[in-house]
Amino acid sequence: MRRFTWLAPTLYIIFLLLPIYWLLNMSFKTTNEILGTFTLWPQEFTLDNYRKIFTDPTWYNGYFNSIIYVVMNTAISVTAALPAAYAFSRYRFLGDKHLFFWLLTNRMAPPAVFALPFFQLYSAFGLFDTHIAVALAHCLFNIPLAVWILEGFMSSVPRELDETAYVDGYPFWRFFIKIFLPTISAGIGVAAFFCFMFSWVELLLAKTLTSVAAKPIAATMTRTASTSGYELGLLAAAGCLTIIPGAFVIYFVRNYIAKGFALGRV
Amino acid sequence: MASKTENQKAWLFVLPVVLLVAFNALIPLMTVVNYSVQETFGDNVFFWEGVKWYEQVLNSERFHDSLLRQLAFTGTILIIEIPLGIAIALTMPRKGPWVPVCLVLMALPLLIPWNVVGAMWNIFALPDIGLLGRTINALGIEYNFTQQPVAAWMTTVLMDVWHWTSLVVLLAYAGLCAIPDAYYQAAKIDGAGSWAVFRYIQLPKMKRVLTIAILLRFMDSFMIYTEPFVLTGGGPGNTTTFLSIDLVKVALGQFDLGPAAAMSLIYFLIVLLVCWVFYTLMMRNEEV
Repeated sequence: MRRFTWLAPTLYIIFLLLPIYWLLNMSFKTTNEILGTFTLWPQEFTLDNYRKIFTDPTWYNGYFNSIIYVVMNTAISVTAALPAAYAFSRYRFLGDKHLFFWLLTNRMAPPAVFALPFFQLYSAFGLFDTHIAVALAHCLFNIPLAVWILEGFMSSVPRELDETAYVDGYPFWRFFIKIFLPTISAGIGVAAFFCFMFSWVELLLAKTLTSVAAKPIAATMTRTASTSGYELGLLAAAGCLTIIPGAFVIYFVRNYIAKGFALGRV
Repeated sequence: MASKTENQKAWLFVLPVVLLVAFNALIPLMTVVNYSVQETFGDNVFFWEGVKWYEQVLNSERFHDSLLRQLAFTGTILIIEIPLGIAIALTMPRKGPWVPVCLVLMALPLLIPWNVVGAMWNIFALPDIGLLGRTINALGIEYNFTQQPVAAWMTTVLMDVWHWTSLVVLLAYAGLCAIPDAYYQAAKIDGAGSWAVFRYIQLPKMKRVLTIAILLRFMDSFMIYTEPFVLTGGGPGNTTTFLSIDLVKVALGQFDLGPAAAMSLIYFLIVLLVCWVFYTLMMRNEEV
């Protein structure tokens, strides 16, 4: 019995990889082959789909736009969440519990509810179709998440650390930046990972808040799919390329993921 | 948490967060509240309508149907994903070179943009050119998710299982890794079987992470929009039109601001209510 336990995870991983393989397979095929025959691997191997994406600015700018607003959002969310998480983990103050729950409720708000008012709000501020608009809008669900994760990590740091630094005469901000932040660097990594993840995969708000200048890659894909008919190979190639940044980020935080989850905070 | 000190200046620490989130949450929410009690005929002229839209939405069959579909979908994926996730976490290796490989591969679906997930499953399940669709048809079962409601439903559920079970696995796995070895040794001495170990050691220790897993899966599946929209477009007919898809249809498709706003608020309140119950239960567990 024990000897076959590897079977379940293996089958599960195969199940996870099959659709991804199919997408990859499609991305190397010509449109004729996709529509004409059913083949398990590309017969006329082609890189044309990728070439198109790397030479057409409307395509590759989509990647830049996505990465710009995701990085902006991660930076804003984590920076703003750090002092707040410290406050929640160390101090009692008027309305702290209610405030914490209120923050979490925003993680629960369906983006569909906010799509239209967001459009009007950011248009009113003249921010429509800018990267910062999407970065700020994604703060709605990423800041509560970052606060939640960081609060968990900070609460596991003993209070004696703060007190010792205070006795040693460290001014608060120096203590916070020089001593406290390095001790919870794993937590910052995990928080940044989840902010990156949720900002990268979200599309509804990103699509609503942009038209040309800051259009995310995912929106470029849906619009291509609906306007120029069925260019499945191109769509598949673009899809494969969107998997790469995620895979890259997971690889870097692979040792921290389990630890981050271990605190039960996502 | 008796060691926390009372300090009202902590508000200064949370101020940036409060401002950022309030800007994004309160202003749009008030806009929605505003629309939900007024009628407009364009040109920014609004008339007070009171609770008319709320009554209309609550009495409309369309809303009932979407809500039922949504509840059925969320229930189905929870019943599949939670036990499956636990089972896989239990069989995963605890140490060794395969751990990072498993973790990275399993986390992969979580980082794929949601519309790509939809597009990928669309291509994967197409009856003529998709691997899944072709295979099922080759087995002699007629399958076409763009025309058969049952097939569309099953494909959507399968896609969600593919997409999100890993989250449950990772959470449960982290919970399992946090159990000290001494517990297992004690169980061994007592001669406990693997079921007893699971029932009396692993499950209670995973309770907290599992609560979070259920909570997250509930919230996220309740607001699912992009994946089914790309996969099936809510069809065939309305069979996979979940609450968010329906809402966007009303708000941006037909531009019925009043009913859409009222529906948004009812929708949000349902999610909030369930989460509040969960949150309270979770916090009570934590204090014990």
